[in-house]
Amino acid sequence: MSLELSDVTRLSMLAQIDLTDEQSAQTLEKLNGIFALVEQLTAVDTTGVEPLNHPIAMLLPDLSLRLREDKVSEPNRRDEYQQVAPATQDGLYLVPQVIE
Amino acid sequence: MQWEVVIGLETHTQLTTQTKIFSGSPTQFGAEPNTQTSPVDLALPGSLPVMNRGAVERAIQFGLAIGATIAPHSVFARKNYFYPDLPKGYQISQMDLPIVQGGRVSFAMEVDGKTEIRSVQLTRAHLEEDAGKSLHEDYQGMTGIDLNRAGTPLLEIVTEPDMRSAAEAVAYAKALHTLVTWIGICDGNMQEGSFRCDANVSVRPVGQKEFGTRCEIKNLNSFRFMEDAINYEVRRQIELIEDGGRVVQATRLYDPDKKETREMRSKENAHDYRYFPDPDLPPLVVSAEWIARVQAAMPELPGAMRERFVRDYSLSEYDAAILTQSKAMANYFEAVTVITGKEQAKPTANWLMGDVASTLNREGIEIAAAPVAPAQLALLLQRIADGTISNKIAKEVFSAMWEAKSDNATLADEVIESKGLKQISDSGALEKIVDDVLAANAKSVEEYRAGKEQAINALMGQAMKASKGKANPAQLTELLKKKLTT
Amino acid sequence: MHTKTIKELSDLLQAKKISATELSKLFLDRIKASDLNAFLHVDETLTLQQAAAADQRIAAGDATILTGVPIAHKDIFVTRGWRSTAGSKMLENYVSPFDATVVENFNQAGMVTLGKLNCDEFAMGSSNENSYFGAVKNPWDKTAIPGGSSGGSAAAIAARLTPASTATDTGGSIRQPAALCGVTGIKPTYGRVSRFGMIAFASSLDQGGPIAKTAEDCGLLLNAMAGFDERDSTSIERAKEDFTRDLNVPLQGLKIGIPREYFGAGLSADVEQAVRAALAEYEKLGATLVDISLPKTELSIPTYYVIAPAEASSNLSRFDGVRYGFRAKDYTDLSDMYCKTRAQGFGDEVKRRILVGAYVLSHGYYDAYYLQAQKIRRLIAQDFQEAFKKCDVIMGPVAPTVAWDLGDKADDPIANYLADIFTLSTSLAGLPGMSIPCGFGQGEKNAKRPVGLQIIGNYFAEAKLLNVAHQYQQATDWHLRQPAE
Repeated sequence: MSLELSDVTRLSMLAQIDLTDEQSAQTLEKLNGIFALVEQLTAVDTTGVEPLNHPIAMLLPDLSLRLREDKVSEPNRRDEYQQVAPATQDGLYLVPQVIE
Repeated sequence: MQWEVVIGLETHTQLTTQTKIFSGSPTQFGAEPNTQTSPVDLALPGSLPVMNRGAVERAIQFGLAIGATIAPHSVFARKNYFYPDLPKGYQISQMDLPIVQGGRVSFAMEVDGKTEIRSVQLTRAHLEEDAGKSLHEDYQGMTGIDLNRAGTPLLEIVTEPDMRSAAEAVAYAKALHTLVTWIGICDGNMQEGSFRCDANVSVRPVGQKEFGTRCEIKNLNSFRFMEDAINYEVRRQIELIEDGGRVVQATRLYDPDKKETREMRSKENAHDYRYFPDPDLPPLVVSAEWIARVQAAMPELPGAMRERFVRDYSLSEYDAAILTQSKAMANYFEAVTVITGKEQAKPTANWLMGDVASTLNREGIEIAAAPVAPAQLALLLQRIADGTISNKIAKEVFSAMWEAKSDNATLADEVIESKGLKQISDSGALEKIVDDVLAANAKSVEEYRAGKEQAINALMGQAMKASKGKANPAQLTELLKKKLTT
Repeated sequence: MHTKTIKELSDLLQAKKISATELSKLFLDRIKASDLNAFLHVDETLTLQQAAAADQRIAAGDATILTGVPIAHKDIFVTRGWRSTAGSKMLENYVSPFDATVVENFNQAGMVTLGKLNCDEFAMGSSNENSYFGAVKNPWDKTAIPGGSSGGSAAAIAARLTPASTATDTGGSIRQPAALCGVTGIKPTYGRVSRFGMIAFASSLDQGGPIAKTAEDCGLLLNAMAGFDERDSTSIERAKEDFTRDLNVPLQGLKIGIPREYFGAGLSADVEQAVRAALAEYEKLGATLVDISLPKTELSIPTYYVIAPAEASSNLSRFDGVRYGFRAKDYTDLSDMYCKTRAQGFGDEVKRRILVGAYVLSHGYYDAYYLQAQKIRRLIAQDFQEAFKKCDVIMGPVAPTVAWDLGDKADDPIANYLADIFTLSTSLAGLPGMSIPCGFGQGEKNAKRPVGLQIIGNYFAEAKLLNVAHQYQQATDWHLRQPAE
């Protein structure tokens, strides 16, 4: 399987990353190289094999999510957090006009 | 052509936890922008989510309340899309394995005068995090983002396409609203967005098997809007098809001012969310013991209580449904009847749905805030029963009790006493009244004696008037007859 | 002084033969004089404050064995005070409002932070050439790459710019640079070291670990670094342990598994010779070599390069120019702001991996790629469990070659990916792995470029790995060699 330029355009939209036509062409070539490598996977028979999303589940099969008590632990540190923000006003983060 | 309407609802209920689903930030409504955010809520580099036990517990409560399966093992997945109110660029939600699976919500519904019990099948209910808010007031040509709401725990409750009219959808939504507030997992405040519905609406020719193309109407935050929006959307789709057009699947917004829906131009349309299990969160495991503990602590649910009211108090389905629309009202009803006795259940229901309900409406308050306590109302009802006052006088007494705002248990008696509203049963006093009336109405007396029986009614009326309505009717009639026939 | 191990420095500090302040000044001067580009941010004032505090602790007698010893952190760990850039333009001026758990742990132990270490952008790379702030040079040969992604961490140890450094390993990012720079590094079992405050690359693979001169030093550092953290839902609840407890256990009877697949085509002759020599040394120490097979080794490359980019594409979505970090200058609307910010803020390799990740997760491809890769991941992990029935530890090369020249593979992702072949499967399985110096390459160029021996253990066998490494370092001196200044 090999990708086409239209795939690269679709991916750059999904990932919200601008690509110039030249970059798209280069990216296409590189991605096709990577997917030539990745193709090997499709040949492997994995019938009946469970995916391993958390490596440690190999050792602890009953691995389960730890739950936090429902108690407030975070004070208001807005000013500190917003020091690194590109644009704020009245405590709000500013972004280009959003139309719904 | 005859059209059938098909509706499914997705309801986002904000859970009543102290903190967010994956962080220790508070969740109060109406705080200053971004003062309830933490590194996790802001998706600062290096921050990681840690699950809130309280949110899981509430999901279990809901699942048990609707007779659903609580998944012993459920998985959090990432829903990837870019939007400024979504700090991580993905929403942590549940996709393939939701915590609540199946279940049904049943409710009473008025269908041409008759009360029918309907029930809607649920597909699932899953835990997820809420997004922040975009403030579109102009900030130097930009939009302001407030992330206080980001990460608030939501239970998204999804139905099968079981509803066939806007009215039925609203009836279901109201029943669901009753249920989630009844068990206390959601405050139900629709103005603040604690309970928001999306409606999937489609139409098909009656008799057709396959569904028509659906449109999703987002963020219906009042029952009124829901009904209007669905009705508009149904009309729009039917007209579209009848004019030879076809419905395109899309997400739409309801505009209450224009009373119409319009298509949303935003991330919601035709998107590839690239769901995958969140590697930061191992599977959520709910033990049988935990479920049993929650089950043991469950209150009696509205449906069960409705049936019990019909059974134990021989109330009508309708009365029982109205009284169990809120836990407070149902509790008030039982608090009264425990004093007055079951035989007074019907009068109690009538009073609660009548004078009490209308007074509450007029003052715009909830039953919990009513100045007349159950025990006080109970005494009033007893005074009607034992003939101390008539039902008509009782209304006057009730409004006086309401104004009095007293917690005196014998308030009803006080009012009757102080206003002198007790019925007159003392024969001496009645005799005097009767004699005066007979003397003043010789004409009617003659007519009666001449055999015109109904002439007695006029005399009764006069006598009642003279007694300011307080005369004991039975005694009065008896006395009149005696005097007329001698 | 700068050549001393942590253990030695600790003794001198406790004996008050040198102060933490003197020690940190000494290393700050070496850093200033260095031209390796290993450090991204140094703040003398902050460092000397910590040093003064350490001296007080020592004076007050409540010092730990690490108090006063300098350390530097890979710029993937967020730090109060020092910038945290992840080697990216996206975070060029980012200062974190909190410390990573790992940083907190070392602060509590009284270690003195020298600064932040250069690395491939968001830890994506094997050569350190993907850093927005320029590649780190290999101290043994400044025309060679230091390895990656923890190139700064390894180079700084090799050049004796710090006695201790932190690093992270997602597919070999601790072991490979340690090998290429001739130093000792350990990647613990997944879940041992908290990921809280580690800027995420691939969450199910990322694992922090120390790099130092010796296995003993790594053990001392790991004692402070590892441990349960309730702020990381994948952190494992286990009792604290002393990773140095078994250092001196003799290796008599140790069974070392030698995976065929690690010695096949692609392994350069000079690396193979150095590794074989090390194995012979182990036999002298009483170990026996057992032939084993890890049949899915080659598949670990495509498996890793599906799973890691998939997680990365999602983890890096938060860099959108809204709440922190870089935001493009001119844009027409919201989407344009996103697209330009991310196009200008990320480097080529990062963008490439984000696109690959988006693809393998997208509708219609998820099952064929992402899900399939997660299944093969289990098969890979099962192969290791089979192997550990026959042996106590597994040994082989860390990388197929010694360090290559700067620029050689800079524009060739595939070539870089293939060079990860011996480290990826360990990461996919979540197993602990080490790299220790075991010699040099051959030929007039490679002769000054180090070779690393990889030691892989079963889950939670870090103490065993350190024991096995320490015994070798007692018998050899490769770990004491240092580049000419």
